[in-house]
Amino acid sequence: MIDCLWMVPLLPFAGFVSLFVSGGRLRAPVVAAIGAGSVGLAALLAGAIAVDYLAVVPPGGAVRQVLWHWMTVDGFTPSITLYLDRLSLVMMLVVTGVGFLIHLYSTEFMAGDEGYNRFFAYMNLFVGFMLVLVLAGDLLVLFVGWEGVGLCSYLLIGHWYRDAANGLAARKAFFVTRVGDAAFLVGLLVLFTQLGTTDIALLLQEAVKRWPAGSTFAVATAALLLGGALGKSAQLPLQTWLPDAMAGPTPVSALIHAATMVTAGVYLIARMHPLYELAPLVQLTVGVLGALTLLLAAIAALGQTDIKRILAYSTMSQIGYMFLALGAGAWPAAIFHFMTHAFFKALLFLAAGVVTLSLHHERDIFQMGGLRREQPLAFWAFLIGSAALAALPWVTAGYYSKGLILERAWGAGPAGYWLWAAGALGAFLTALYIFRAVFIVFFGELRTRPSGTHGLRMGVPLMVLAVLSIGGGWLDVPSLLEPLFGTQVAAPPAGSSMARVPEMLVTGLALLGVCLAYVLYLWRPDLRVRWLALPGIARLQRLSFSGLGFDRLYDRVLVRPFLWLVRVNRDDIFDAAYNLVASGIRLAHHGLSGTQTGVLRWYAAGMVFGTVLLLGVAVWG
Amino acid sequence: MTATLTDHALLIAVVLLVLGVSGVLVRRNLLFILMSLEIMLNAAGLAFVAAGARWAQADGQIMFILIITLAAAEVAIGLALALRIYRHFRTLDADALSGMRG
Repeated sequence: MIDCLWMVPLLPFAGFVSLFVSGGRLRAPVVAAIGAGSVGLAALLAGAIAVDYLAVVPPGGAVRQVLWHWMTVDGFTPSITLYLDRLSLVMMLVVTGVGFLIHLYSTEFMAGDEGYNRFFAYMNLFVGFMLVLVLAGDLLVLFVGWEGVGLCSYLLIGHWYRDAANGLAARKAFFVTRVGDAAFLVGLLVLFTQLGTTDIALLLQEAVKRWPAGSTFAVATAALLLGGALGKSAQLPLQTWLPDAMAGPTPVSALIHAATMVTAGVYLIARMHPLYELAPLVQLTVGVLGALTLLLAAIAALGQTDIKRILAYSTMSQIGYMFLALGAGAWPAAIFHFMTHAFFKALLFLAAGVVTLSLHHERDIFQMGGLRREQPLAFWAFLIGSAALAALPWVTAGYYSKGLILERAWGAGPAGYWLWAAGALGAFLTALYIFRAVFIVFFGELRTRPSGTHGLRMGVPLMVLAVLSIGGGWLDVPSLLEPLFGTQVAAPPAGSSMARVPEMLVTGLALLGVCLAYVLYLWRPDLRVRWLALPGIARLQRLSFSGLGFDRLYDRVLVRPFLWLVRVNRDDIFDAAYNLVASGIRLAHHGLSGTQTGVLRWYAAGMVFGTVLLLGVAVWG
Repeated sequence: MTATLTDHALLIAVVLLVLGVSGVLVRRNLLFILMSLEIMLNAAGLAFVAAGARWAQADGQIMFILIITLAAAEVAIGLALALRIYRHFRTLDADALSGMRG
């Protein structure tokens, strides 16, 4: 079965090609069958491959599959290589599994949309590129997948392109991630010129062999790759695109902007982890940026009124946790949190999709309310997802993954305590903002009556993801991944009563957040009104609503100076030179086209005149 | 053949050619333009024959036969085109057919 690895990315690509070529001539059920079916088959195949892999772990823990040689230029022979080890196995399973559930959901969610065919074509293309990204054995191939998912993200954010705002959001996402991608590309080229190969396994071996810890090249390349990861994963300072990316359809937000693509940065750093171990300073930066992002995004999420923007900031914040884990050297914990996050955040988005669909795409949470009885499935799904996001103890997946991250951060040396403190504060804020949404949307009085109901194709993915959000934490992914990464961080000594204190503190903070949300938004709303009346609070709320003003900052510092430069530079001397050439040609054109009278005799006269002239030159010249 | 005769023959050829050229340039009816072209071809033929006689070479007469053949082919195509043009535009006025004006 492992030999069929190449078919896993091929299936979604085949789905894309058949949908794209058909160009909307297929009927909707056929489109749905191809779109969801190709990803479903890929998921089944991925499952079979996982069973094979785990039954007999291949020597070295990895399978390489060289498909073909890309090119041969002066000894440089990158090849299209698929590489399956424990890390890419987990990523592949999550991408195909969650991807299939979201495709299934979309078949009903997008029903009646005029771009139904286009939507599924691009979704399939996305899954294909994402699989290329996670299965790539060569950094160049990984880069192809990396750019491919960025393209699909752009295409799908702008799915409803008739609204200009959606197109702008798509462009913003593309430009901002492009900044990071440029850094990634430079880092890739530096790695290649220094180490002479782009094969990831060879590259890391060479790097460890040649570069001492903290050497310039190790730090520079690690920092450049980090730049790419920051852009893709919407971390400080390249985070501004993600909230606007919510302009896309909800399944797109669930698949691309929550579960898979935005975590590509985490995957990249985990995949290149030996490089980061050579550059401890950069690794610490990863952790610090993650901690900052998780706090800022959580604060921004508190002030949002759009349910999807709350979830977008929450995604940013949770990826902040993953970066924090990477910074603390807890690689398996980061991937574990990626997996549980994919489950519960996809669940939250899909549940929010059910709600907004029944309210005619109303996204303002203050227009919702009391939907508990009207939408029981969405309510329970959202509640389970929120509980997992807030890491409520024992029965949620998020509790185990987030707990592991904080436990490892606590044990990661002096900087680790600060990271832990940020994570713990983040746990409180997370519980507060997500249960704020839960209490406003599903409790209280009914503000807008929902219409319509959802069928099985939307219900089943919700149920499966809910089960995974509860049970996903019991899958022992960290110890599956340990052999790949080695044990970087010693686990705190078990059994001592002191070791449990930080963990209990975090749990306590999360529960406190839920209680505070209950008090402020359900039990005593008057307290909230009095709190908002305090001086300065309204400004704080506006700041939080605008995502801490980063959009304005970038507009002032980058966009406006650039536009000014463009305006100033519009009529420069070079343009004048080119305009002269253009107007000269236009003049000659007008002069010569006058001779084309269309009168036959005029042409004959011209020919006679020319002949006489030539003869005269030949005879007397 | 004496030099004087050759001179006369060439003079006639030049006159014929000028007649043909001015016919092409002055006439507006396609049929007359075709006829003027024939005159020009004959002028060239006469020049060939005269030159062949002057130097007692057969080449001039061979060229003349070639020109006659060419003229026959040209007339066949030219008349066919003129017919089609007349059917299509209901006119043979060359100045009216100025659809290729730039």
